Amino acid sequence: MGLLDQEFTESNIVIAKTEDLFNWARLSSLWQVGFGLACCAIEMMATSASHYDFDRFGVIPRPSPRQSDVIIISGTVTLKMAIRVKRLYEQMPDPKYVISMGSCANCGGPYWEHGYHVLKGVDRVIPVDVYVPGCPPRPEALLEGLLKLQEKIRNESIVKPNKSGFVGKSA
Amino acid sequence: MKTAEEIFNQLKEKFGNAIIELKTDKPVEPFIIVNPLEVDKICLFLRNDKDLQFDSLMNLSGVDDANGEKVKSSEGEEKGLETIKGGTLSVYYHLDSTKLKHKLTLKASTNREKPEVVTVTEAWKGADWHEREAYDMYGIIFLNHPDLRRILMPYDWEFGYPLRKDYKNPEFYQGMKVPY
Repeated sequence: MGLLDQEFTESNIVIAKTEDLFNWARLSSLWQVGFGLACCAIEMMATSASHYDFDRFGVIPRPSPRQSDVIIISGTVTLKMAIRVKRLYEQMPDPKYVISMGSCANCGGPYWEHGYHVLKGVDRVIPVDVYVPGCPPRPEALLEGLLKLQEKIRNESIVKPNKSGFVGKSA
Repeated sequence: MKTAEEIFNQLKEKFGNAIIELKTDKPVEPFIIVNPLEVDKICLFLRNDKDLQFDSLMNLSGVDDANGEKVKSSEGEEKGLETIKGGTLSVYYHLDSTKLKHKLTLKASTNREKPEVVTVTEAWKGADWHEREAYDMYGIIFLNHPDLRRILMPYDWEFGYPLRKDYKNPEFYQGMKVPY
């Protein structure tokens, strides 16, 4: 059953703030870049599969960054890959979001000291919205991360920030 | 089926000085040390001889023996940084005969300052990527190799060979900070 199904006795008009409508639409259909890096990607695929069913939150892998809203950095980001990750991110249209999944993407993970080939955290090349801890995180943890991102989007504003950098009326 | 001793004697007879030594005193399987500049001919023989038939190169790997002199730099930015001068880098070959069910290990040591080993891609095509990896990680030059490029590290990596014992990681690569 849909959100508003059978909530009215007759045809009606719903009045809502544009902001709420936009945010609701955005957080309900977060299309992810069809892209995975390491063992975390296996958990991410499990999250997409029938048992955990990412699709019930509107998350569908897209074959192109240009059709995507969110990129899940699922695994070790090597220095060689970091350049490609950055390019993928730049190819995504706004508004775009980043989930950093697992210790490697968060901070280098087990490669933090001797990983001569590993970027110590994907946030060194692209801005991260939600960090999901774990090595690798279980699908439940990734779902939690997604819910956190949805919560973040729910509270976003489309109002232009004023001079002080804050949204809304300044005191 | 032949033992390492029998193969060593057979090789010694055919290749003379190119076959340097049979090592049996290590806690690992016995291995034969060979001349790095003649390893291609030796390997072709090992593959083709009807009593040996080493049709499979199970593995090929580089090793930094780190047996040179450790030198501490005393000036400039690299003060206190330890590098290794002299000594050897080695390549190990693990061969297997799927027909005769025997195995053999070869070792070719080359000097660290100018590490050159002849490619064995002519005997086993699979050696191609193994040798590229040994080149990538240790800087061992495989002479006559068909396509000697880095295989894992970025092509524009200019900070040396990461598995050498005196390797030092750079501070930045393409504007990205590398250390933790």
